[in-house]
Amino acid sequence: MDHQTHEHDVIVIGAGGAGLRAAIEASAAGVSVGLVCKSLLGKAHTVMAEGGIAAALANVDDRDNWKVHFADTMRGGQYVNNWRMAQLHAQEAPARVNELEAWGAVFDRTPDGRILQRNFGGHKYPRLAHVGDRTGLELIRTLQDHGIHKGIAVYMERTVVRLLLDAGRVTGALAYDRERGRFTVFKAKAVILACGGVGKAYKITSNSWECTGDGHTLAYDAGAELIDMEFVQFHPTGMIWPPSVRGILVTEGVRGEGGVLRNKDGHRFMFGDIPDSYKPQTAADEEEGFRYVLGDKEARRPPELLTRDHVARCIVREAREGRGSPHGGVFLELQTFAEWFGRRVKGFKAELHWKKKLPSMHHQFKELGGLDITKEPMEVGPTTHYMMGGVRVDSDTQMSRVPGLFACGECAAGINGANRLGGNSLSDLLVLGKLAGEHAARYAKDRPAAGVPADQAEAAARRALEPFDRPAGENPFQVMFDLQDMMQDLVGIVRKEDEMVRALDGLEKLKARAAACHVAGNREYNPGWHTALDLHNLLTVSEGITRAALVRKESRGAQFRDDYPAKNTKEFGRVNTVVWRGPDGSMHIRLEPIPPMPDELKDAIRAEAGGTLPEELR
Amino acid sequence: MATATFRIWRGTAEKGEFRDYTAEVGEGMVVLDAVHQIQATQAPDLACRWNCKAGKCGSCSAEVNGKPRLMCMTRVSDLPLDVPVIVEPMQAFPPVKDLVTDVSWNYEVKKRIAPFSPRKPDAPDGTWRMAQEDADRVQEFRKCIECFLCQDVCHVLRDHHKHAAFIGPRFLVHVAQLEMHPLDTGDRVAALKNDNGIGYCNITKCCTKVCPEHITITDNAIIPLKERVVDDHYDPVLKLIRLVLRRRG
Repeated sequence: MDHQTHEHDVIVIGAGGAGLRAAIEASAAGVSVGLVCKSLLGKAHTVMAEGGIAAALANVDDRDNWKVHFADTMRGGQYVNNWRMAQLHAQEAPARVNELEAWGAVFDRTPDGRILQRNFGGHKYPRLAHVGDRTGLELIRTLQDHGIHKGIAVYMERTVVRLLLDAGRVTGALAYDRERGRFTVFKAKAVILACGGVGKAYKITSNSWECTGDGHTLAYDAGAELIDMEFVQFHPTGMIWPPSVRGILVTEGVRGEGGVLRNKDGHRFMFGDIPDSYKPQTAADEEEGFRYVLGDKEARRPPELLTRDHVARCIVREAREGRGSPHGGVFLELQTFAEWFGRRVKGFKAELHWKKKLPSMHHQFKELGGLDITKEPMEVGPTTHYMMGGVRVDSDTQMSRVPGLFACGECAAGINGANRLGGNSLSDLLVLGKLAGEHAARYAKDRPAAGVPADQAEAAARRALEPFDRPAGENPFQVMFDLQDMMQDLVGIVRKEDEMVRALDGLEKLKARAAACHVAGNREYNPGWHTALDLHNLLTVSEGITRAALVRKESRGAQFRDDYPAKNTKEFGRVNTVVWRGPDGSMHIRLEPIPPMPDELKDAIRAEAGGTLPEELR
Repeated sequence: MATATFRIWRGTAEKGEFRDYTAEVGEGMVVLDAVHQIQATQAPDLACRWNCKAGKCGSCSAEVNGKPRLMCMTRVSDLPLDVPVIVEPMQAFPPVKDLVTDVSWNYEVKKRIAPFSPRKPDAPDGTWRMAQEDADRVQEFRKCIECFLCQDVCHVLRDHHKHAAFIGPRFLVHVAQLEMHPLDTGDRVAALKNDNGIGYCNITKCCTKVCPEHITITDNAIIPLKERVVDDHYDPVLKLIRLVLRRRG
């Protein structure tokens, strides 16, 4: 095999927020770092994050602190989160946000000049540090501009297809470059996966072409375990019209700033369905909700800011029961709040206000939908957004069960449980990205260089070239589209046993079709070939999602089972699903108990739950 | 469904040609949708960069009917469809394949610019205070999505190939962002004049016109930087004072 070789102490695969933060930390520890990006640097999916970074800075409401953030995160995840990760995350997030400012980030400000924080779903207090609605861009650009001066070697437009192992330890990776299709062997003492999500397994998604479950699959193939794969977050508000923009995200910030959901009859349906666990925190009427948006500390939050899983299901229900908008979603409008606000504040200019608060939403709808959100309601519906499930890692080091293999960001799992709160992913990737970088560097320092077995790289490269070798076969794009249609229909927001059993059968057929794909042309920048290789990853994570969703015979967080519509805490409230690859190559699954929570953390939750512990923790 | 012809550049650094493809045109469709449709059904090896498809990542830069555009933000319904829609790669950078160009020069340029260096924190807890008005000024520049369309349209780079001497509008915006950053203490003015070639810019404002983020590149970033260079290096009164001070010293 003709290839280049690069050697580093630590290789980071993925250059979104988590990968960049991990690379910066590892580099600061004094080891040599290589950063491998699937796209150009600075283009990763983090750029799409809009609303903000959750951190209990307490700049806007001084009652906030890490314990409240921790309790909010656990309640949002319905208590199947890894509590230790949730604790570290809540404790460290403020320091990680302040550090971004030291590296040049310019957040929106409070009147006294500190970092401004906004309201978001499931967060008790205004907690999200933000820059208008383009916080992800600010975060990735800040890390990028800081990182390029830290001696990190950046390898752009290279896709890793296989991790290389020496005697059970990860010692490298095989990648191809998009430009020429040549292979690169990366040799490393430690490898950090920061490859992001799996959204491309579904037809309607806010995710880009890159989000094909690469990190999940690389880890799984190398012998690591995946947990919580049934928990796929469907964001309640994606664009649904015109067809070409279906799935593009409409930030939760719209609701955080006073946006209201209505069905076709103009009814504000969210007031009619508030879960018991959130009733004490939810506004009694429109007036109270709007006062909350304006920062009234006595007021409780509007029902549009319930957790994403719940809001998404309410929207699906409205549409299914014939009360939806013309294109199968519901309406999200800013006018009610603006009128209410305009009555109280002299000289309030709605158009200017929304352009300042939600500039990129205004731009996005104007350019792509031909709609002015300051004057007209938006049509929105759920879109596949975020993967709570992923590589199982140690909560204090981010190392998987495969020695030398670390994971962070969306492709790692644990912190979010059954449902992630908005704003927690940007803080997660900073806090746990840093942790992964720190511990990967420490691990690498303690170890001599290991070899990369030539036969593994050779075999992986040969497999990667197979789609060219077949004289004829199916178009890989068609196989991908059929997979996306099937997952959307059979393993989507509302799930049923018989449909998922059919999906498993369908996956086997799709695997056979993927293995027989043919790619025309040559290896130079050939998207057909790249798609053919991504199929293995998409199929692997789709199987993981389906098997885990079948095993969890209850509805919890992002998982909603039509055949088991209630929570079953007795059987499933204290366990995670774990999938791994057996020696025969097939996927295995088991339920594993969650370790008991220390009393200190239970106290934090009890304090936020009206004095009683939720059933899961009793 | 209506169809339209897309005349797309196919080729490598060595050779290439325009080829015509027919695509179905649906409501709200953008040029990138057409490219994807052609890729999925007729030309799976058609190379193009893209990521977010929402104008936020700046990957799908190309030239549509001769104008530098993000393909994901160019609605097909805004183009005349009685003639072929011409889609070609950016011209200011070396071609790689089809619609993909080698933009690595941009990444090298950024590395040469002195990084952000903040003043000492304002508060004992290590944080700073800044007013929203001061933040606003640089937030405009920090909106940049690095699509490099401003670099593509700039005649200093596109026609005169001054890549070695001139950093281009994108990085003048980057320098402006650093120089006007409320917390930054660095001084990049001498570098602007000597290494970054700010004098090459003759304010034709083409960059401002193509910016998909509507950053007023020329007026808000480049002209104020030019003024700083003039103040520091060409002000006759300052020159005299410096001369006197130097004699005394």
